[in-house]
Amino acid sequence: MSIDIDTARKVAKLARIRVDESDLPALAGELSGILGFMEQLNEVDVTGVEPMTSVTPMRLKRREDVVTDGNIQDQVLANAPDQREGFFAVPKVVE
Amino acid sequence: MSANSLTIAAARDALRKGDLTATDLTLSCLTAMDAGDGLNAFVHKTPEIALEHARAADARIAAGDAPAMCGIPLGIKDLFCTKGVASQAASNILAGFKPEYESTVTAKLFGAGAVMLGKLNMDEFAMGSSNETSAYGPVVNPWKIDDRELTPGGSSGGSASAVAADLCLAATGTDTGGSIRQPAAFTGIVGIKPTYGRVSRWGIVAFASSLDQAGPMTKTVRDSAIMLGAMAGHDPMDSTSADIPVPDFEAALTGDIRGKKIGIPREYRMDGMPAEIEKLWTDGTAMLRDAGAEIVDISLPHTKYALPAYYVIAPAEASSNLARYDGVRYGHRAKLGPGDGITEMYEKTRAEGFGHEVQRRIMIGTYVLSAGFYDAYYNRARRVRALIKRDFETVFAEGIDAILTPATPSAAFGLGEMASADPIQMYLNDVFTVTVNLAGLPGISVPVGLDAQGLPLGLQLIGRPWAEADLLNHAYVLEKAAGFVAKPGKWW
Repeated sequence: MSIDIDTARKVAKLARIRVDESDLPALAGELSGILGFMEQLNEVDVTGVEPMTSVTPMRLKRREDVVTDGNIQDQVLANAPDQREGFFAVPKVVE
Repeated sequence: MSANSLTIAAARDALRKGDLTATDLTLSCLTAMDAGDGLNAFVHKTPEIALEHARAADARIAAGDAPAMCGIPLGIKDLFCTKGVASQAASNILAGFKPEYESTVTAKLFGAGAVMLGKLNMDEFAMGSSNETSAYGPVVNPWKIDDRELTPGGSSGGSASAVAADLCLAATGTDTGGSIRQPAAFTGIVGIKPTYGRVSRWGIVAFASSLDQAGPMTKTVRDSAIMLGAMAGHDPMDSTSADIPVPDFEAALTGDIRGKKIGIPREYRMDGMPAEIEKLWTDGTAMLRDAGAEIVDISLPHTKYALPAYYVIAPAEASSNLARYDGVRYGHRAKLGPGDGITEMYEKTRAEGFGHEVQRRIMIGTYVLSAGFYDAYYNRARRVRALIKRDFETVFAEGIDAILTPATPSAAFGLGEMASADPIQMYLNDVFTVTVNLAGLPGISVPVGLDAQGLPLGLQLIGRPWAEADLLNHAYVLEKAAGFVAKPGKWW
């Protein structure tokens, strides 16, 4: 399966990474090359094989659904690029 | 010999005897670290923290009953979150990020009295095999044979270079597809990736969560045994961390592997494998046979599909894990133009903050997870992964104790030499190591010899799940038989 320029543009959009129009052909070429490499997987007979979900057979642990942490607003916000009045600040989302 | 070139075991014994103080040992490493700037291994130095840790360690040692890692100066890979100290996964998108918390592994090491010298360079988000994708620039391998600068491998290239050059006694690494074992082999040191779940991933910047595992990178097998003991153990903060006891790994180093069955997988004999790698493998096989092990030819039929399966699964998980870097909560945010909204903020931030290889892997991951392709790529890769794991289970069920393979398909190559190559050429560096991550097994790289040019080469031993103690003992036998003592000449 080769990736055309429209698909490359769509993938970049889905990944929320800005790619200049002039860079799309090269990106499409690189992605196609990697996908071509993955095509080898089609040689494998996977009939009746379940997709692996966990490498070690383990049941994910359960715990009581209780608050174990909190009241650390300053720490949570300490690395924010922009914060106002105790909140993360972002560009206006709703007109 | 200056103190910075000691092993963990030798330093521990000297500290306990009172022949050396942790402060003097740390000062020796800090001097070596500063003199090693040309290697670009340490990227955030923390001498004040180091001396504070060292003084505390000296007090503990004087009081008696100090653990083995007490007073041992370490380098910490930049992927580990360290409280109040820059932790940016070698990415511009985490520029300025100083965590408010400490990873479980570093908390355990510092709790055991280890000394932090600083943070170590790596490939950006651990994605790379040559340490050339780092936002800090490439690390240089201390091994040098001509006027070229060589790669230390990746992604734990700073860790490998710093340990090989004696800038620290040991370092933490992480391994998603070979990122501990390949750089260890390229620099003539030991590196072990434990069984998935043996070491907590909490506080380690996630790349591919079903594959990532942290481990020690050290000068000897004994040092790996000591340091792994301090890193391992159950952690309620990581739901995939195994709630099973951690054995005394050092005590397992008996040097006796008589009657053990060592598998030699025929599928690892790749077309075009350099004769020197082939010979190294044959020599290593003979060493284990001479030590009394039984050598068995085995088959792991799905080996050739490990790399393509890995390059579906790892980017898929990365695209999901790295979605959190959006310029809202931490790290870099792009300067916005008039009229830019939140989508432009995400797109510009991620385009500016992520390097080329990381962007490429996120987009591959996005594609294989997208509607219409999820079954064809992602689910198929996960089915193939199940078959790769089954291959190993089959040979272990037949009585194989450990598997011997080459660690890398070549010795260290020159920085920049792969710049114009297809990305897949770089991915081939991990051809012998990725199977182990896909199957969740422990694997260790041991330096066994030098190639004709004088560069180190390593062999990999793969163990049964949770059998790190046994695996380390096999590695110990191989290390003793190989007698690898070469060190890079100091040019930096």
